Amino acid sequence: MRASHPALAPALLRIADDRLILGHRTSEWCGHAPILEEDIALANIALDLIGQATLVLQHAGAVERAGRNEDALAFFRDATDFRNALLCELPRGDFGVTIVRHFFHGLYSVLQWDALARSTDQTLAGIAAKALKESRYHVRHAGEWVIRLGDGTEESHRRAQEAVDALWPYTGELFMQPADEADLVAAGTTADVSLLAGPWRAQVDDVLRRATLRAPSDPWMQRGGRDGRHTEHLGHLLAEMQIVARSHPGAQW
Amino acid sequence: MSTAERSWPLWEVFTQGKDGEPHQHAGSVHATDAEHALQNARDVYARRNEAVHLWVVPSAAITASTPEDMGPFFDPANDKAYRHPQFYKVPKGVKVF
Repeated sequence: MRASHPALAPALLRIADDRLILGHRTSEWCGHAPILEEDIALANIALDLIGQATLVLQHAGAVERAGRNEDALAFFRDATDFRNALLCELPRGDFGVTIVRHFFHGLYSVLQWDALARSTDQTLAGIAAKALKESRYHVRHAGEWVIRLGDGTEESHRRAQEAVDALWPYTGELFMQPADEADLVAAGTTADVSLLAGPWRAQVDDVLRRATLRAPSDPWMQRGGRDGRHTEHLGHLLAEMQIVARSHPGAQW
Repeated sequence: MSTAERSWPLWEVFTQGKDGEPHQHAGSVHATDAEHALQNARDVYARRNEAVHLWVVPSAAITASTPEDMGPFFDPANDKAYRHPQFYKVPKGVKVF
């Protein structure tokens, strides 16, 4: 096997870590969702996301050729080695925060997987084509909820708007194209995420309008996750996610 | 608020396993409206390739026979054997019907 571009493994980690961390966050709802049907829906979405992460981490491990499989990458990296966007690691909040975040990240995911399905990296293209179908469903689920919460009761509207306001500054990072991926984008291996911002915003605006919600006008955006600079929340999440694997290294389950 | 006021309406879910097959009753879900019911039905009854198509119907829209109807509704059919297709011999030579 020909050695891959040195930027490929880090680029794959950015893709995988978003799904792994958001998937783990979503799994926190298991047994706590407002109704049984929603409990099942959120658990399914969490499993989809962790499944997507598994496939991309496997690929990253193979590309990296450092002997790390998907479990090693998920459970034996520390916070500074994770490359997920900050949006994914924020606490799960109330149901409004969870839904708005799924909507924001799900739309981004659909656009990113759609672009990656045409990747010149055949493995990545295959994963993207499969994941795209799942993410389309996630957006449908979250989008319908955003409309119902925003255009629902006074309290649901207030909470949904608070979620939009709180999460908005974390959406910009999704579309900041990492400089070290220039060669990969030129080769058609990964997608230039900055090109996804326009279509994303158009679809967000459409749903927010139907939900009687508004996007904040403040353009200032948080960043750091793609370079391994995280909020305090990631460390706590990792402690919980990694404890079993680290306490019993090599265990099979 | 009572439980009844807080809970969402009930919907009956029908799944079609393959194109051309009849839709069969799979169970029920709670949901605020039809689109929401479809999503919940997908998550509860169709997430493991059980269906290629879904129907959701408000449970309140279904008119059902009651247990007391059992005798008058269904018995008369049973004591007249000629009403059942099994009563009739299949002519020789018929392979498919």
